[in-house]
Amino acid sequence: MTERTFAPIALRTRVNGRHYELEIEPQETLAEVLRERLRLTGTKVSCDVQVCGACTVLVDGLPVSACTYLAYEARERDVLTIEGLAPSADLLHPIQRAFIEEYAFQCGFCTPGMIMAVKSLLDYRPDATEAEIVAYMEGNLCRCTGYRPILSAIRRARDELRVKS
Amino acid sequence: MPTFLPRFTIEQPSTLAEASQMLASYGEDARAYAGGTELLLAMKHAGLRYERLVDIKTIRGLESVEERDSSVRIGALATHLSIERSPLVRNRLPALAELEANVANPRVRATGTLGGNLCFAEPHSDPATLLLCLEARLEIAGPDGERELGIEEFLVGPYEVALGVGELLKAITVPLPGPGQRAVYRKFQVHERPMLGLALVLDLDEPDRHIRSARVAVGSASPTPRRGAAAEKLLGGALAQVERRLDEAAESLADDAELLDDIEASAEYKRHLIHVMLRQTFELATADGAPSLPHLGEGAGG
Repeated sequence: MTERTFAPIALRTRVNGRHYELEIEPQETLAEVLRERLRLTGTKVSCDVQVCGACTVLVDGLPVSACTYLAYEARERDVLTIEGLAPSADLLHPIQRAFIEEYAFQCGFCTPGMIMAVKSLLDYRPDATEAEIVAYMEGNLCRCTGYRPILSAIRRARDELRVKS
Repeated sequence: MPTFLPRFTIEQPSTLAEASQMLASYGEDARAYAGGTELLLAMKHAGLRYERLVDIKTIRGLESVEERDSSVRIGALATHLSIERSPLVRNRLPALAELEANVANPRVRATGTLGGNLCFAEPHSDPATLLLCLEARLEIAGPDGERELGIEEFLVGPYEVALGVGELLKAITVPLPGPGQRAVYRKFQVHERPMLGLALVLDLDEPDRHIRSARVAVGSASPTPRRGAAAEKLLGGALAQVERRLDEAAESLADDAELLDDIEASAEYKRHLIHVMLRQTFELATADGAPSLPHLGEGAGG
């Protein structure tokens, strides 16, 4: 490789509805930008290989693994993280409420990613069946709570959101 | 502790010709970058380094899925998710739609592209196995113009495809199935990637309970997906007779597949799986009525 300089790039993006104009390096991942530059530490990094789902955030409504997704890809797009899900400071999103009501987390490390994955599923399939939920959530791993309370929370969130709409 | 990506710059070509020219002039210092689901992983964890990533997503028109000349033509940049949801693919190539609904996880499906999957040639690829069995053809663009290649010639080995310097995959064309054609893909998986995938395509004369011709491929278990010519012969003929030859066909397919002992399983175990899965796919392909298509990754796992 020849010696060369790596210039920073401009990144215009929206995160949780807020506009940002940042200067980043091309190799920065979305997780790095969210956590280190914007201090949005709700997005967790665990496996770092797109398997565990802890870093799940939505870009234009679709789920991505922020740990291995270039922040560059979020240019002129809408990023939604766990911090942007609740409609107001004193009201949680129905999916968040359902996770609390069903005791669907112990350590909570996988929870932000779980909740964002559920959001992307229910936005597309508000009537998701049990089998569809299980298949979709295969990409989000929990190592302490166990999946039954998580499934109950998803069912509860689905039913509640269905009544609302 | 997360690993950081090595530094690189991103190039943004606006045409295939420009991308091709960039790749040709930067040579081994550059690589085409699409969804990044394989490439960025390898750059993070396998020491792969490039000074420049040529982002081919800045080229327009490479993500469409359309019917053309009795084929479904899938742009190289179509994501697994968009193929899964494409009405054309769901109606005409339901086995491919079902397969795409079960690739990796929802995050990989939303960003990963079919073209990237084929070009990276990770040996545990679901689409490569079925596309080999469906006799897909690949449109390739390069410095000397365009050419077309059968997928069996394209897949050379693990992480190796028949792309020359400056060449890019443009589209994948899959011939539309005839009226009696039934295609089924099933995989067996315990970790993140399939341990073994098996694709079966039968040309069925239903009233006569007769198989006019058969194609079968096994993938993820050998360096590249493989078809079994002898197995395909054994799978043709009267349905009742073919059913009695399934074990013989499975044995022959396993012999031809160059099965590997690896972290997923021993070659012997994979041979056993081929017996089980050939029978399973055969029963699905010959069952009465068209199989219903699940909405989201339901039921095609192991």
